[in-house]
Amino acid sequence: MSSASRTEPAAAGDAVIQLEDVAKRYTVTNLAGLGAKNLLVHPGRTLRALRSARQHTALDGVSLRVARGECLGVIGRNGSGKSTLLGLVAGVLRPSAGRVSVRGRVCPLLELGAGFHHELSGIENAILNGVLLGLPRREVVARLDQILEFAELGDFVDRPLRMYSSGMVARLGFSVAVHVDPDVLLLDEVLAVGDERFRAKCQAKMAEFRARGVTMFFVSHAMETVLEVSTRVAWLAAGKLEALGAPAEVVGRYREANRP
Amino acid sequence: MPHWVDLLRVLVGKELQVRYKGSLLGYLWSVLHPLAFAAVFFVVFQHVVRIEVEHYAMVLITALFPWQWLQNSVTASPMWFVENASLIKKVRFPRWTLVLAGALTDLTHFLFALPVIFFFLLLEGFPPRIGWLVLLPLLVATQLLVAFGISLAVASANLFLRDLERLTSVLVLLWFYATPVLYPIDHVPEAWRPLVAGNPAGALVICWRGLFLEGTVPPESLAIALAWGVALMGLGTFVYRSVQWRFAEVV
Repeated sequence: MSSASRTEPAAAGDAVIQLEDVAKRYTVTNLAGLGAKNLLVHPGRTLRALRSARQHTALDGVSLRVARGECLGVIGRNGSGKSTLLGLVAGVLRPSAGRVSVRGRVCPLLELGAGFHHELSGIENAILNGVLLGLPRREVVARLDQILEFAELGDFVDRPLRMYSSGMVARLGFSVAVHVDPDVLLLDEVLAVGDERFRAKCQAKMAEFRARGVTMFFVSHAMETVLEVSTRVAWLAAGKLEALGAPAEVVGRYREANRP
Repeated sequence: MPHWVDLLRVLVGKELQVRYKGSLLGYLWSVLHPLAFAAVFFVVFQHVVRIEVEHYAMVLITALFPWQWLQNSVTASPMWFVENASLIKKVRFPRWTLVLAGALTDLTHFLFALPVIFFFLLLEGFPPRIGWLVLLPLLVATQLLVAFGISLAVASANLFLRDLERLTSVLVLLWFYATPVLYPIDHVPEAWRPLVAGNPAGALVICWRGLFLEGTVPPESLAIALAWGVALMGLGTFVYRSVQWRFAEVV
């Protein structure tokens, strides 16, 4: 949680995200069978169940370097470890083995309305979300005009979020995330929301980010979008890095392998 | 200024705004709830059970408001992390701020309700006391330690033992009757005193009642409450620290 290392800007060409031989194993416990009641009533059985819990390997031996300004597309089938990889880079998961280092402010793009409250107005939600994403409050307030303008909320900025359409919520969320000045932006299948116009605007913003040296991590099943925005693509299969390289080549191989 | 100060500010602001959003009723609810309980208990115990306690209404009110704060914090605590799953899975921020913000919100509701307590004290002929100036902030701080400590432990543990929410509400109910809210401590048989006066809520309630009605607190009760505050804070921190790295996996 050392904020000092997180604010240190990365020089051009430096690795902003670095993973060395990273593995992530989860303990699979049957949470439904594990409760305070069982622990009190059947302590022996519950503790045995805990000990015999199996381990599930979500990622294994993954090494990656992502340089400043790169946009790495991450593809793979469901359960291949994409979300785990994203969690490790975001710093919310701890690797079971290996090393993960990320320089600068990491900003995940949250799923629709996460961290928002439906009774608060767009302005109040923007401030709340900006601070949750790591920006000091007064900084968020200073950028409020830009955030609201980009989100195109019109008269709705003062109305409670429950009156918003899902497109408006998505626009506000995206707008806050891109205005907190991330060094690393994590995108998880989010461009699927919003209309054509806003999608174009998002892609323009991503191009602008790339030009400014913001590093992006882009997880998606939409191969067309991956080809469009990525500078490199990583293909995960069953927790292992199957391929890493030029988008056209990796996506081509992935499509070949997953042809029905 | 560390970032968690800003985090607490916006999180508490959110909870208060949601509660008080443009309505006087929002404020009324937080005061009406303990008052309604006080009225019901007063009728039942004064006129039906005929408990013999002087100024019974004030004995109730001075204990019910602080108890409500503690009860609300503890009852809500299992959900603090579970409810914010989508954030915990994606964003790296000090997660304990969610729990502390909850405890601080309940504290704020209590502070907002203080004028109502003072109003009834004056109405019943209890004068304002100098002791309030020093002891009131001290008691607030002690109770915050107790509430935050328990909440942090319960919120963290609930991610692993998901039925803790039900267990908590049962225990809080038992706790209510083991705490001298409905009755003064000197009505409790000698043999049960250690349980009633020695539990964290009991010690706190004895202090609150003494403070409001007499302007002083029994030093031994204050010492017990403070010791509980420190111990529970230690427990909460220990539980949180030992499991918090797994939060995003299990939430």
